[in-house]
Amino acid sequence: MSGERARPWLLSAPALLLFAVMLVTPLVMTAILSFNSFDFYGGIQPTFGLGNYADVLGDGYFYEIFGRTFLIALATTVICALIGTPQAYFLLRMHPFWRSVMILVVLGPLLISVVVRTLGWAILLGNNGVINEALRNLGLIERPLKMMYTSGGIVLALVHVMVPFMILAVWAALQRQDPATEKAAESLGAKPITVFRRIVLPQAMPGILSGSLIVFSLSASAFATPAILGGRRVKVVSTTVYDEFLNTLNWPLGAAIAIILLVSVLAIMVAWNRLVEKRFAGVFQ
Amino acid sequence: MIRNGLLAKLFSLVFAAFMLAPLVVVVGVAFTPEGFLEFPPSGISLRWFQAILDNPDFIDAAIVSLQLGAASATIATAICIPAGLAIGGGRFAGRDALQALFLSPLTVPTVVLGIAFLRFLSMMGLNGTFGGLVFCHVVIIVPFVLRLVLASVTGLDPSIARAATSLGADGWTVFRRITLPAIIPGVVGGWVLAFITSFDELTVTVFIVNPATTTLPVKLFSHITQTTDPLVASVSTVAILFTVALMLIVDRIYGLDRLLIGEGTR
Repeated sequence: MSGERARPWLLSAPALLLFAVMLVTPLVMTAILSFNSFDFYGGIQPTFGLGNYADVLGDGYFYEIFGRTFLIALATTVICALIGTPQAYFLLRMHPFWRSVMILVVLGPLLISVVVRTLGWAILLGNNGVINEALRNLGLIERPLKMMYTSGGIVLALVHVMVPFMILAVWAALQRQDPATEKAAESLGAKPITVFRRIVLPQAMPGILSGSLIVFSLSASAFATPAILGGRRVKVVSTTVYDEFLNTLNWPLGAAIAIILLVSVLAIMVAWNRLVEKRFAGVFQ
Repeated sequence: MIRNGLLAKLFSLVFAAFMLAPLVVVVGVAFTPEGFLEFPPSGISLRWFQAILDNPDFIDAAIVSLQLGAASATIATAICIPAGLAIGGGRFAGRDALQALFLSPLTVPTVVLGIAFLRFLSMMGLNGTFGGLVFCHVVIIVPFVLRLVLASVTGLDPSIARAATSLGADGWTVFRRITLPAIIPGVVGGWVLAFITSFDELTVTVFIVNPATTTLPVKLFSHITQTTDPLVASVSTVAILFTVALMLIVDRIYGLDRLLIGEGTR
């Protein structure tokens, strides 16, 4: 019997060993690193204190970066929910042929490198980029609209990167619904917009909420898009960590910033889950 | 089945244009005969594809990425099959914790993983090594493989394996002849998704490469942040074509939506 009980653990042993060595240990080491101090000439000092956290939390510069990061993530999440939900719904009602085409178009970019997709946005958004050239040729603007190195540009490109996750989540929720409910509402005389608002949206809600969580946490820690479209001018948390590690070489400060990011993202996820559970518990009572 | 109205069709069309626009301009720019990024290109030229061949850096980086993707996807699949069979095979104490641990790399911000790996590898003296890269990538892609393996394991009928055992098959034979053939679509789907994820990975990798082990996304990223010439567009175009080819194959054998939703889990 004890052999039977050990079996799942034996089967999981290789993965467990890998995660103990390659995930848990590095994260613990990073947490310890964030308490060390940094000397410009001597490098990382094996001291132990909260100095780095005090530096980050006491500096308006870092507040601005964290604030910008979470605002960008929030805006991305809201836009993804607003355009992803109807698109998932339309996908469900498409002719099977067009649906499979649309799935390739919508989900395919998920598999293409974020660097490549962001390069596309850089070409579109630049001062001499495609959008500005087109607007100038149409005579709509005289000076180029500034879209590169702005938070708005980052949000636009992040929506492109993240919206497939929202569609997947909403779509998974909608597939579980009974299509007869829609038909019933329609046969009772409900307008399409009423069917969407009263029948589809409530059933899509779990998908929207879980999709929002995924989009928010991925956007808050996105690196390639803000690094290419924002550069040094529009810094977010992940690009700041990158600079601390690979340019300034102040690893302990970079580690403290990263740990604050990790903790705040996890806290937001837990709070969000609580909120959702509470809300849905209320629905089912 | 209720069909979409005109407004819905228009919305889908605009949405598709939005999704395709950045890819279309990258491919378009790659064919420019000029020395700068222009769209639409003023002519058609293969000059910048020719330029890839004159830049062995990009080719070396692509080779590293292919090897890295294949090695890490294979290792991840090899450890996820037994782990998936254990977690999907029935309840046991600690099962939920184990599953949460194996899926946790999805929750930790990638930049945090990047610096954690950098700190760990540099203390072990393994920073920038190919082996170090492989194991970091395995950790990142395990959740993707595990979800697909779990999805196929939960669909298994345990009575077939029991029947084989009662007929005298040993554990290995049951796995090889019964279990593995039944879960193979999920395993293959998981391998491909893991390969693509590793092949595209930037945020973690950028911290832990050295010039000899630079991957394609890292090379592209550093090139884009330093200069802008159509070379990045032509390299990206080749990468897009490669991914699209893989994607079409996967869509045929497994279904792209099934691959990405990972139905049956959670």
